[in-house]
Amino acid sequence: MKANCWMGRNTVEVREVPDPRILNPRDAIVRITSSAICGSDLHLYDGYVPTMKKGDILGHEFMGEVVEVGPRVSTLRVGDRVVVPFPIACGSCLACEHEMYSLCENSNPNAGMAEKLMGHAPAGIFGYSHMLGGYAGGQAQYARVPFADFGPIKIEDDLPDEQVLFLSDILPTGWMGAEMCDIKPGDIIAIWGAGPVGQFAAASAYLMGAERVICIDRFPYRLEIAACAGAETLNYEEVDILDALRDMTAGRGPDACIDAVGMEAHCPVPAMQAYDRAKQATRLETDRPYALREAILACRNGGTVSVIGVYGGLVDKFPMGSFMNRSLTMKTGQCHVQRYMEPLLKRIRNNEIDPSFIITHHLRLEDAPRGYEMFKHKENDCNKVVLKPW
Amino acid sequence: MSEANGHKTDRLACGLGWASLGLGAVQLAAPGAVSRFSGIDDSAWSRVVVRLVGIRELFHAAVLLGSRRPAPMVWTRVAGDAMDMELLRRAMSHREGARRRRVMAASAAVAGVAAADLYTAVRANRMPGARTEPTTSLRAAITVNRPRNEVYRFWHDFENLPRFMAHLESVETIAGGYSHWKAKGPWKKAVEWDAEIIEELSDEVIAWRSVRDATVRNSGVVRFTDAPGGRGTEVRVEIHYDPPAGKVGLAFARLLGEHPEQQVSDDLRRFKQVMETGEVARSEGSPEGTRAMRQVFQHAAQPVR
Ligand SMILES: NC(=O)c1ccc[n+]([C@@H]2O[C@H](COP(=O)([O-])OP(=O)(O)OC[C@H]3O[C@@H](n4cnc5c(N)ncnc54)[C@H](O)[C@@H]3O)[C@@H](O)[C@H]2O)c1
Ligand SMILES: [Zn+2]
Ligand SMILES: [Zn+2]
Repeated sequence: MKANCWMGRNTVEVREVPDPRILNPRDAIVRITSSAICGSDLHLYDGYVPTMKKGDILGHEFMGEVVEVGPRVSTLRVGDRVVVPFPIACGSCLACEHEMYSLCENSNPNAGMAEKLMGHAPAGIFGYSHMLGGYAGGQAQYARVPFADFGPIKIEDDLPDEQVLFLSDILPTGWMGAEMCDIKPGDIIAIWGAGPVGQFAAASAYLMGAERVICIDRFPYRLEIAACAGAETLNYEEVDILDALRDMTAGRGPDACIDAVGMEAHCPVPAMQAYDRAKQATRLETDRPYALREAILACRNGGTVSVIGVYGGLVDKFPMGSFMNRSLTMKTGQCHVQRYMEPLLKRIRNNEIDPSFIITHHLRLEDAPRGYEMFKHKENDCNKVVLKPW
Repeated sequence: MSEANGHKTDRLACGLGWASLGLGAVQLAAPGAVSRFSGIDDSAWSRVVVRLVGIRELFHAAVLLGSRRPAPMVWTRVAGDAMDMELLRRAMSHREGARRRRVMAASAAVAGVAAADLYTAVRANRMPGARTEPTTSLRAAITVNRPRNEVYRFWHDFENLPRFMAHLESVETIAGGYSHWKAKGPWKKAVEWDAEIIEELSDEVIAWRSVRDATVRNSGVVRFTDAPGGRGTEVRVEIHYDPPAGKVGLAFARLLGEHPEQQVSDDLRRFKQVMETGEVARSEGSPEGTRAMRQVFQHAAQPVR
């Protein structure tokens, strides 16, 4: 089959690789019909996530048709149409029982590796480094899906791929980012990063009853998409964000701040950007946390900072004084996707959300390398790329 | 010999390790000076030989300094001393005058060092437990989200052990608490032994040990307790064994990236996977499931043919 493989920093190649096989009784093989490129993939592409290996198949946002099931998969049949959640979860460990699926205790065969870097190991994730399992990803024609009797959600009617594909990751992620803000009537929510994740977080915050949602980015075309979801927008290259937010909230600050940017934030102050890039290059820090720093300083006293942007290792100049003295709360996590798939599918069916509004590009799988370059550099007003493997 | 004496022997062994490190470094950095000093600088091969001996010294240092109980490893140095004495004996046989005197002085120095090594090595053999008990102890613990009696029952059926203990090929239970175990030894050599259950308390503890003439003497005990607040069952394992190729074999295995401690916790991780999910988690990078060795040498995350 054809698959998009990580071949080193800034290089992906579509190569011919062996077809996947069932390895375990609870596995299924899915013939992929749509697969997306995610902001998280850019962290791998740019080489900021450790334990990648040349040849790793990328991709964790995919859906398709079941073509083979292991003997213990009784919930799926050949021919079923499924969306696959990106965290691999067993459904029966303590973490899964508490619906913390991205912390599944049984899906990461390389847990020992992750423990060395993080203390304890999170779940395995498709196509997301060896420390997170070493699983082949879904930017390919087929994928093996472990614990297939638990994770994937069946799509029984004829909703098009474009409307349900993002149940695999970013729609639940944006939703969880807003949910962690514990939104009360009158709340103002500020969101750093108007990428697909930030855009879904904005839409979700409104559905949860936020009074106002403010999206922050520097690309006007992305801010426009956020505005379509109802958000007010700020361009951090045009205004001072802390001043602007203080002004918009009459001095209080947003009740909750969402970081939907993560470890590769861009900094409008060139000296600061150079400082963090140098530290990153010499591995003295692995992540550039500008958005996170700003989100903490902006948040109102006693407010919540919700971090869904991905971080990999260590950050520098974390404003702990501001965080502690002002009684802030931080909530974080890789999304517990399985928790949100059913209820969000219902909302899609009820026309409360149509997630397809974020898509700007459909490409063939063979064009994945071009998709990565375009998405990374935000060229051609690229917001979200969907790959078609067939 | 007392425990305190044992520690003293280990300290001696450690000192010898540092001596190896120093000597090896000098031999590698200045082979010319070393061969002049020992009177063999007239031979074309002397620098090469001194360098090779230097590399061997660094190996001694790694083995001695990298081990928690270094004393028994001093035997590796004793072997090295014998080799050096033989080299110097040959060197002396065809040399005359000042050179011969320098070779003799070098031999005397090596003899002195050999005496110290031999003394430490012999002491080590009399260390507590050195010859009477399995020498290596490993411990690990894990929490399994299943009721205690179920976890106990699964482990109690020893024929289940190979499902999660990676080095085991099979266990066959024989009547009367006896069982026959087959394992993959190091370097793919198969090892077999019989074991007996020496303690069992329903839902609490199982202890076993190999019967007397086993090639790899070993014993183990596993305890089961309720984790607090309905968090399942805490499983604590202790394994004692005589490493197959002795201490030196163990040191080699460590150098090659096999960490027995890690293997026991890997076994427990797979035990948890089997108990909770019914299978061992496999990825394309780690197709055999959780294994410390595999984590060092991952496959690319692509389907394996
Ligand atoms: N927690 C999860 O489960 C989860 C799931 C999916 C994605 N993510 C993470 O969410 C983040 C965003 O994903 P995406 O797909 O939207 O990526 P993206 O690259 O499309 O969007 C990131 C946006 O952040 C903007 N940005 C950069 N620096 C900024 C700054 N200092 N202030 C404000 N905005 C800034 C960029 O201009 C860009 O528009 C990534 O870190 C991704 O890894 C997390
Ligand atoms: Zn993603
Ligand atoms: Zn689980």
